[in-house]
Amino acid sequence: MLYNHFYRVLYKIRRVEEEIAKAYPTDKIKSPVHLSIGQEAVSVGVCLALKDTDVVFGTYRGHALYLAKGGNLKKMIAELFGKATGCAKGKGGSMHLVDLKAGVLGQSAIVGTTIPQAVGYAFAQKYLNQEKIVASFFGDGAVEEGAFHESLNFASLKKLPIIFICENNKYAIHSRQETRQGFPSIAHLARSYGIPSVRIENNDVLSIYKHIKKAVTDIRRRRSGPIFFECMTYRLKEHVGPNEDFEVGYRSIEEAEKWIKDDSVKKLAKLINNKVRQKIEEEVDMEIEEAFEFAEDSPFPNPEELYQDVFRGNI
Amino acid sequence: MKKRILTYVEAIKEATQQEMDRNPKVFVIGLGVDDFKGTMGSTKGLIDLFGPKRVIDTPLSEDGMTGVAIGAAIAGLRPIHVHIRMDFLLLAMNQLINIAAKSRYMFGGMYSVPLVVRSIIGRSWGQGSQHSQALHSFFMHTPGLKVVAPATPYDAKGCLIEAIRDNNPVMFIEHRMLYFQKSHVPQSLYTVDFGKARILARGSDITLVGVSYMAVECLRAQKLLKTIGIKTEVIDPVTLSPLDTKSIVKSVKKTKRLLVVDTGWTACGASAEIMARITEEMDNLNDIQIKRMGFEPVPCPTTKNLENLFYPNAQKIANLACKMIDKKMKRKFGENFDAPEVMQFKGPF
Repeated sequence: MLYNHFYRVLYKIRRVEEEIAKAYPTDKIKSPVHLSIGQEAVSVGVCLALKDTDVVFGTYRGHALYLAKGGNLKKMIAELFGKATGCAKGKGGSMHLVDLKAGVLGQSAIVGTTIPQAVGYAFAQKYLNQEKIVASFFGDGAVEEGAFHESLNFASLKKLPIIFICENNKYAIHSRQETRQGFPSIAHLARSYGIPSVRIENNDVLSIYKHIKKAVTDIRRRRSGPIFFECMTYRLKEHVGPNEDFEVGYRSIEEAEKWIKDDSVKKLAKLINNKVRQKIEEEVDMEIEEAFEFAEDSPFPNPEELYQDVFRGNI
Repeated sequence: MKKRILTYVEAIKEATQQEMDRNPKVFVIGLGVDDFKGTMGSTKGLIDLFGPKRVIDTPLSEDGMTGVAIGAAIAGLRPIHVHIRMDFLLLAMNQLINIAAKSRYMFGGMYSVPLVVRSIIGRSWGQGSQHSQALHSFFMHTPGLKVVAPATPYDAKGCLIEAIRDNNPVMFIEHRMLYFQKSHVPQSLYTVDFGKARILARGSDITLVGVSYMAVECLRAQKLLKTIGIKTEVIDPVTLSPLDTKSIVKSVKKTKRLLVVDTGWTACGASAEIMARITEEMDNLNDIQIKRMGFEPVPCPTTKNLENLFYPNAQKIANLACKMIDKKMKRKFGENFDAPEVMQFKGPF
């Protein structure tokens, strides 16, 4: 049953992004898209180990995180289409998906900037003596930002209920990790802040899930402060946009082969009953079709919407 | 009954303490807020009343800690983030401009960031170029932030309480030289509405608009001008964003002369914005004179004789006002004058 659910979420994210890539040339999605194809296992493995009431903060490559945490699909596609029914009323686009009900609290286009907010949210949980756990997602590039170090220090100092998830796909746009980082290991770096740290090598949704499940249990039982995970993964599409880019020279298809062979969606598909799988796929495909129709049929925001939501009026 | 008199710094501390008493979600965070000096007295003793849970010293991480305060605000708390010098806000610009100011809009109004950022403009006793900057216009430039710069203890208390209760990010701008100011401050909790200027003196010959500490110097200039029969209207905008242009326009229609004095640089500054807005909103600019004054366009020097040249003061304001009224008028007042609080201040902070 667990596998079926995992497969449903993984398959849904993969198919949604394939449909986004397909729709992209129509120019109906007037928003830069940073696809997660290849990296979905990290978001799914982490989010399915969290409670619905737990919260996540993420990055501009956030479709997978949004959907894995239970973000509303119709509102997401409508947001990409710039429609009034979008999760941010057409004011955020692909890089700023939000769903408070699902605990998706924010994604940012500026690398590393949501990490301290995630820490601040975790700080508030401790202050208010609440149970929520925060998951902070970022890439290997964010590790080079000052905010990353400031955040890890404070989370460690205050022993906050947070898990840090570094999705290491080895590239910051087109720059390889080893051309950017003088230190030998991200996981090791986190350890130097006094934060227990694990590197998960295989981009496998089930092993990621198991690690996170144990970590959140430890945090919830007050047995641990922050825990850090470096999840090795691979982006199969270009940094931004719907295409592949193995021909442009900064990386090779040979490098990608091992990740394609180990693809989490295909791997999990083999572990579940064929009939069940087909049913899941049909249901998900239908849901995606409906979401795109919903986005198409939705109106654009009214002109007066331009001036709304700058401030919240006092109650 | 004798009126209750407090200094500016006492008013800030009282507002903080009373709001913390009223609402357990309000907390103070910032470098040294819990130490024996207590941010030049403005947070002194709060640690004894509320403990380390609500009066929180921080690592030297302005960017990260601003993000932490934003995250805590999103989670429902009411942080007051304190910076002993406004210059340090430059380390927090990413979180302030990219996140605090935009979160509500870019997430379609799903949540807001009820954050107060207190920062103090430094001056005098050799503070130099990195301990004296007045960067309020950076924040006025950015939609999504409210910017308030009260000049009197009464407004300091009322505006700080209003800021804490506001559901949006508020940049609360203080000035070190204002800490010595005294005025009537009621014991009770009261708020001062944002977006309403104060007329500090009535007059018909010229309008002086003084931002933050310059409201005090404009009042001094008004007294100097009075000695030679010039009737000066002095306006303190109190809130810079939103800005009460109506009160200024009304005054300028009467006096035909506007001199905006800022405690900051003039280029693209608060004075530039105030002049532009008034120019746009006046129906008729015939016979209207508009000028401004601020820091000289250099970094702030430390040595006293150059520092005197760098800052506007009451004499310089009064001299320029005279010139606007009568071009032939000879300079009336000396220029190198130390205000009492500048004399009184002996550093180090």
